[in-house]
Amino acid sequence: MSEPPIVSINPPINEPVMRLKMRHFTSGAFQVLCSLSAWVGIVALTVMLIVIFQMSKGSLDWKFLTSFDSASPNRTGILVGIWGTFWLMMMTSCIAIPVGVAAAVYLEEYARKTWLTSLIQLNISNLAGVPSIVYGMLGLTIFVRYMQMGNNLLSASLTLSILILPIIIISTQEALRSVPQSIRHASLALGATKWQTIWSQVLPASVPGIMTGVILSVSRAIGESAPLIVLGAVTYIGQTPGKIETIPQLIQNPAAIAQVPTSSYTVLPLQIYNYAALQAKSAFRHEAAAAIIVLLVILLLMSSIAIFIRHRFQKNLKW
Amino acid sequence: MKSFVTSLFALSLLIAMSGCPAETKPAGGDAAAAGYGNDTVKIDGSSTVFPISQIMAEELKNKKDLVAEVGLSGTGGGFDKFVRGDIDISDASRPIKDGEADKAKAANIEFVELKVAIDGLSVVVHKENTWVDCMSVEDLKKIWEPGSTITKWNQINPEWPDAEIKLYGPDSKSGTYDYFAEAIVEGKKLRDNYTPAVNDNQLVQGVTGDKNALGFFGFAYYVENTEKLKALSIKKGAEGECVAPTKETILGGTYKPLSRPLYIYVNKAALKRPVVKDYVSFYMNEGQALVPEVGYVQLPEAELKVAQDALKAAME
Repeated sequence: MSEPPIVSINPPINEPVMRLKMRHFTSGAFQVLCSLSAWVGIVALTVMLIVIFQMSKGSLDWKFLTSFDSASPNRTGILVGIWGTFWLMMMTSCIAIPVGVAAAVYLEEYARKTWLTSLIQLNISNLAGVPSIVYGMLGLTIFVRYMQMGNNLLSASLTLSILILPIIIISTQEALRSVPQSIRHASLALGATKWQTIWSQVLPASVPGIMTGVILSVSRAIGESAPLIVLGAVTYIGQTPGKIETIPQLIQNPAAIAQVPTSSYTVLPLQIYNYAALQAKSAFRHEAAAAIIVLLVILLLMSSIAIFIRHRFQKNLKW
Repeated sequence: MKSFVTSLFALSLLIAMSGCPAETKPAGGDAAAAGYGNDTVKIDGSSTVFPISQIMAEELKNKKDLVAEVGLSGTGGGFDKFVRGDIDISDASRPIKDGEADKAKAANIEFVELKVAIDGLSVVVHKENTWVDCMSVEDLKKIWEPGSTITKWNQINPEWPDAEIKLYGPDSKSGTYDYFAEAIVEGKKLRDNYTPAVNDNQLVQGVTGDKNALGFFGFAYYVENTEKLKALSIKKGAEGECVAPTKETILGGTYKPLSRPLYIYVNKAALKRPVVKDYVSFYMNEGQALVPEVGYVQLPEAELKVAQDALKAAME
């Protein structure tokens, strides 16, 4: 904005008023811009949901959820995909969360800042941006071929764990950093050991932040299909992992869980890809939409569990 | 309150950590052991053959509780696993290449090649394309050969419109690409300035949405979209007879040169396992009746007999 001329015989009276108006306009415009940006995401999601719901009309029923895949759109179902996605999610979280949190604790609480730790830090940030198919090739070479695990849920969950580790580590580090130093000092001053300080004070306080990273990364993992195709996930298979087809079976026969890691599997994103892109019959497009809704519901369920845990811990923080 | 937080967190970590080793314990008793035990047929390869292998697997699952796993790594990807002995059967939309067969030999893998169905590669245009119904192999070659300078319809035939010709085809990794290049261009490559797609439905959509489009893909995808697409008849030479892709012409062998056989390659050692033996036997006998259900054409009887005999010989 141009300054009023210094030498002025008759300074315009309305100049400051105009400037004030301009400033208020800018302020208002900024607010509108921000809220527009927020709405873009919501509107896009709503439109997508409406379109998908319309496309899925008549396909999403109990039979669809409890049937095996089929070459006929009337008989097909996503039972195997749901269980595959469920187990993959569980096993991946089991591996990635403890390792990721532990790595972050080491980097934040124990490691001294040397060139080595900053090199590791740099690598972790870079790894978060590597395309997922690269992890698929890595998993194929190391887990499937070199370690001879085969194309099963174990090698898949190990690969996906490596895929999401960087995100978990980075978000956990961020969460640990947000815990005030005074908490650590107080704990140490009261005679607690470093382990007691981290376990009883720092970690519980950073759970909300950790959970955010976990939600984001696990959601990413269950949407992946590219690395799984490389690893050798199959698209059609006539049995669920460990032959567990219903929840009662899961409870009554825990021994079957032992067979899950070595089972072949398929996951929902692969079934969706098959329905949407490969099957020639156009009726399969409805099945694709129905499967997408199921995947979205699973994602939402997971997120809400994580949000519940987050709230639980936030409520108990009393500093 | 603090101890509650701690214990909750400790508990969640404990569950997380202890859950894993428990799962990797060696398998105990398996309650529902079927006739085949835990053995399954491992199949991978072409996405074109996938629906056939899938429908066979589905039928046998219902009939005999036989479990098959079918992947879609593409013909090349399937052979890659096949020659390592990772899978029992490789689905292929083209014959095995010499290099791939050599690798199998080096790994001591004996296999048998079985024709399972016929596909008629369909050359398709938009439904509202009024100017062309029939095209010669020579014209197709002119359009698709590497370095082709044809960009407009009237460059092929002066009577056709002065409009850009939009080309759609599968990408170079697919067996369909290889077959088309071999049959039309008599080489290994097509021109590289066309719109490639990784899957056939993408091609269907491309051609459906563009009045000046020309594309090619498997017969099954044309059959499912006849209301939106027009398949061109193919003739050999300017004076040749125009033959449209239909079940009859593909089966009768008059739809040339774009009728192509689809194959499965079976590992001979794997054929000794009952599960693989039963699967392949069904595939080549009763199962053949299911082939039209997924949009492909059954083999003529003589060719089917050849394949069945080859299988019998391989089983002995």
